[in-house]
Amino acid sequence: MSARPGASRARRSLIVQGVTFGVTAAVLWWLAHNMSASLERRGLSLGFGFLTQPANFEIGDTAWLRFSPEQSIGRAILVGLLNTARVSAVGCVLAIAVGFVVGVLRLSHNPALRGVMRAGVEVIRNTPLLLLLLFLSTSLQGLPSASHALRPAPGWFLSDRGLVLPSIAVSGLTTWLAALVVLTLALRKRMGRIGWRVVAVLLAAVGLSMVFRPPSVERAHLVGFNFVGGTTLSPEFAALLAALVLHHAAHISEVVRGAILSVPRGQRDAARALGLSRFQTLRMVTIPLALRAMVPLLATSCVSLIKNSSLAVAIGFPDVVSILNTTGNQTGHNIETMCIMIVVYLSLSLAVAAALNRYNTTLLMLDAQLP
Amino acid sequence: MTASIRAALIGLCLGALTLLQACGAGSAPSGGADRGASAGATLRAVRARGAVRCGITQGTGFATPDDAGRWQGFDVDFCRALAVALFDDADKVQFTPYTQQQRFSGLQSGEVDLLANGTSVTSSRALHQPFQFGPIYLYDGQGFLVPKSSKVSKASMLDGATVCVQQGTTSELNLTDFARRNHVSFKPVVMEDLRAAVSALAGGRCDAITQDGAGLATTRTMLRDPSNYVILPDRISKEPIAAVVRSGDDQWLEIVNWVFHATVQAEEYGIGQQNAAQFLTSPDPAIRRFLGVEPGAVDGLGLDPKWVYNVIAKVGNYSDIFDRNLGARTPLRMERGLNRLWTDGGLLYSPPFR
Repeated sequence: MSARPGASRARRSLIVQGVTFGVTAAVLWWLAHNMSASLERRGLSLGFGFLTQPANFEIGDTAWLRFSPEQSIGRAILVGLLNTARVSAVGCVLAIAVGFVVGVLRLSHNPALRGVMRAGVEVIRNTPLLLLLLFLSTSLQGLPSASHALRPAPGWFLSDRGLVLPSIAVSGLTTWLAALVVLTLALRKRMGRIGWRVVAVLLAAVGLSMVFRPPSVERAHLVGFNFVGGTTLSPEFAALLAALVLHHAAHISEVVRGAILSVPRGQRDAARALGLSRFQTLRMVTIPLALRAMVPLLATSCVSLIKNSSLAVAIGFPDVVSILNTTGNQTGHNIETMCIMIVVYLSLSLAVAAALNRYNTTLLMLDAQLP
Repeated sequence: MTASIRAALIGLCLGALTLLQACGAGSAPSGGADRGASAGATLRAVRARGAVRCGITQGTGFATPDDAGRWQGFDVDFCRALAVALFDDADKVQFTPYTQQQRFSGLQSGEVDLLANGTSVTSSRALHQPFQFGPIYLYDGQGFLVPKSSKVSKASMLDGATVCVQQGTTSELNLTDFARRNHVSFKPVVMEDLRAAVSALAGGRCDAITQDGAGLATTRTMLRDPSNYVILPDRISKEPIAAVVRSGDDQWLEIVNWVFHATVQAEEYGIGQQNAAQFLTSPDPAIRRFLGVEPGAVDGLGLDPKWVYNVIAKVGNYSDIFDRNLGARTPLRMERGLNRLWTDGGLLYSPPFR
């Protein structure tokens, strides 16, 4: 009978899986038990109840979510998480953009340009990120004091307190309509032909709501030590963002260069033979082919950028690690804060990796559709 | 293939659940006697090792290595006093420098026998965490260091200012409490490393640094021109500095307590490092008992009967230690203030040796 060998193989595989699972579970149980026993011995208790306690500390740099000390520790951690997400998201996009341009320029036919790019990449790539971060953070302290702030544009102030911009408050209705526009743009393909019409109608609605409820502009002004009103981009955020972007752009540029070089020469020669210009060849042939080799490595770069953003503690940017450290120190719940830190970084990294892998699959599918 | 992936996923989920259960177990503290270190264990371990392990935090005047690599400072001297009491040798100490943030894990894990690193006594540390505090060896309070050019003369004038704070201290909490009590607002910039905070103050990123008073005196010496900075007179908190030990080891705590008391009592008797030898022949029975010339008051726990004399001769009394590390002849130029003897209007008071 032909089914027999298959069945026995299935049974064997089931046994192997069962044993593997059993051993893993036993090891995990043992580790957990060991930890709780030694915690008991040292008189430490575990639990996440402290998250609802009032924080009693202030956070100097917040975005989107307001925070005051009487709010809960949980909210403080959320504010820190948003700060990490903010610097990582902007950093990742900028690093890829800068890295892409630099990587392409490193293959330029202009020797001076190529040389400058190479020197820059080598210097940054072979310097520890922490050093770059401290250097940038110290350099930004050289900006003039708040009372002698530079004014690059009306209502803008550049000083050692950061870049202060006028804040624009848009009415609630406009915000919702704009969100709908973004949503429709994302779902346009599924909506078929009426997609564009819906977008046009929504855009008109946004315009009308802005006419009837014009956005209010609030300008900052100096009161005592600091600027009041407006939006502040803190020097710590700027230094962290710049350091992460420079460091990772240098790495990404190497990935881009390698990927472009991996495209077989024949493809380029064929494109040139068809009469495409050098730029057209790059845009229409080389880069689409190189993207396939690039995307998995870009995902890795973004994930390590997220993790490197935790160096924020060195310069005083309140990211999630900094807030969790403070929490651990004030409440003594160090193990729980470590658990939270692991969960936060694991989920951020996995989410980014999943998104870029999906994009990669789309690329490969596109590739399969080619004649 | 899909079946094996599913099995692996289920396995992972179960594993995660086990861990979560361990994390969220929320076991209540066992109020029993075996909480923390067991009685006598620390002393036994110290004797067997032949050295005291002392957790410190580096800072001018409190703990710094000299040009020969030997640790010097106020905190260091109390650790040395302990080593002299136990081994009659001021060098039988191993120092472990910690940041403010690592210190408690270091003590908890048994890496050091005590912390003498500027830790303030607070109720939550004593009640929630498995530590016990020794006697208060420095009465301090949190203050502000500002550039003279800012023309700020008291803390309430700092409304709206950006204030640098070192992470992992009570300073963050005190600053927030002070701001709420006085209806002022501060923008904190929380630094992990003090040097980063100092460079931020020098660069103008921060309008002030807030720290314990003693810490500010040290910090001021780290600035390029210390005379351009002033410490504001306000004290926004009480910071009683004490040595910290693991809870549950009473013998060890007693030794830490009485070695410190001895340095205070010696100052009260006028016995210092310079003249200690003369007092060995003193006719005063209290002094004879104190120095261990007559038995009964200071022997026990297997200590050398003359340990008090050894401590004073080798390390000094409280004023010797203070003057050498923090006093007017040092860069810190700290006043004794509250840290004078009770007979001089201060708070230092040793229980009697008898």
